[in-house]
Amino acid sequence: MIKLQDVNKFFGEHHVLKDINLEVAEGEKLVIIGPSGSGKSTTVRCMNFLEAPTSGHVFIDGEELTQKNKIQLVRQTSAMVFQSFNLYPHKTVLENLTLAPIKLQKLPKEEAIKKARKYLAIVGLSEKENAYPSTLSGGQQQRVAIARALATEKKIILFDEPTSALDPETVQEVLDVMIKLSKENITMVVVTHEMGFARVVADRVIFMDDGRIVEEGKPEHFFENPTEERTKLFLSKILR
Amino acid sequence: MFGEGFLRTIEVAALALMLALVLGIIFGVISTSNNKVMRGIARIYVEFFQNTPLVIQVFFLYNGLAIAGLRLSVFVIGVLGVGIYHGAYVSEVVKTGITSIPEGQVEAAKSQGFTYIQYMRYIILPQTIKIILPPLTNQAVNLIKNTSVLAMISGFDLMYMADSWASSSLDYGPSYVFAGLLYFILCFPLATWARKYEERLKRNDTTRILYDPCEEAVTC
Repeated sequence: MIKLQDVNKFFGEHHVLKDINLEVAEGEKLVIIGPSGSGKSTTVRCMNFLEAPTSGHVFIDGEELTQKNKIQLVRQTSAMVFQSFNLYPHKTVLENLTLAPIKLQKLPKEEAIKKARKYLAIVGLSEKENAYPSTLSGGQQQRVAIARALATEKKIILFDEPTSALDPETVQEVLDVMIKLSKENITMVVVTHEMGFARVVADRVIFMDDGRIVEEGKPEHFFENPTEERTKLFLSKILR
Repeated sequence: MFGEGFLRTIEVAALALMLALVLGIIFGVISTSNNKVMRGIARIYVEFFQNTPLVIQVFFLYNGLAIAGLRLSVFVIGVLGVGIYHGAYVSEVVKTGITSIPEGQVEAAKSQGFTYIQYMRYIILPQTIKIILPPLTNQAVNLIKNTSVLAMISGFDLMYMADSWASSSLDYGPSYVFAGLLYFILCFPLATWARKYEERLKRNDTTRILYDPCEEAVTC
């Protein structure tokens, strides 16, 4: 479904991604962990070309993602959930969910609203459909953002540290929604530090450090016997 | 006579304002794009018209174009001259508005598959309007006053009427005071509205920080 081939990324002189090779199967739940600055966010952002790789190739569904086709291909295949929610503040919750379906997927308004309500119900925020994002708590905003990603009914949803900006109390409500989603056949790539979530949801976990994939395996592998020293050191810090 | 000039001033100002808004939005958006050539064009437009006097620009339209064989009516010259001049300022206002919108908005839009034009139209520009309305209104006030440049090319606007009434009646004082009063009647309500709107905006911004019981619980 997603394939990164020899992907390198430079920010100026800074070499952020070093020869990343990675394949994500359809329906797979992949969790990427690693210290900050390890390149994990940049990796997911390459998957929808929010960052274009300096060299290397990105394939979505067998088709190479390029500057030319990125808008079309991303529009058809993937959605993203951000650390800072990035809801449209001038639109109501419902309008946040219907904007792309109406304007980009050319869905009739009634149908878009019907779909939006369905996904708002899934994230448990039906009663907030006419609220503006600024009146919601962080956890609620992130659930709306997830509903917005769902409403476009893409095969892939990319999560870039979805719970890092939340109060500790609201983290779980967002994770619960994501766990619920993981039962569906959606391909999920999640950058997160929530190892508990990874254990429940992930088919595979990748540990990144200094722009490279250091270790990968089932979540149990990371809990029980990580092989690399750097992985052990990192996990000892986040698992406490 | 003053009524006629007053009306002419309003007409020129209204049309010039529309032109300034259209130019300002186009060049303001261009000046935030990633395309260097486009940004350069916007820069040249803004710098050229902001850094030369409006009077000279209007003289150029009046005399310069006439030499080249293009004769425009003083009304059209007024609209074009004042509109293009203020478009340069509106462009800067629009640009500031756009750059004040967090980058995350553009990223969210791109991740959904919006094109540049689409996200400007549906997501970025609608958010800037609230922010740029006060400076934009101040531009409208300046624009109204600057239509008085038409008097220099016999534009039959309010200032021209004041000029000609003053020189024929020799009542210089009352004539200009009265004209000034008419400009004031146009500009003052706009300026006041802009000031009130801005104050309200600031007040709302502070009340938007809602009381968060969770946060309190954590610190306790």
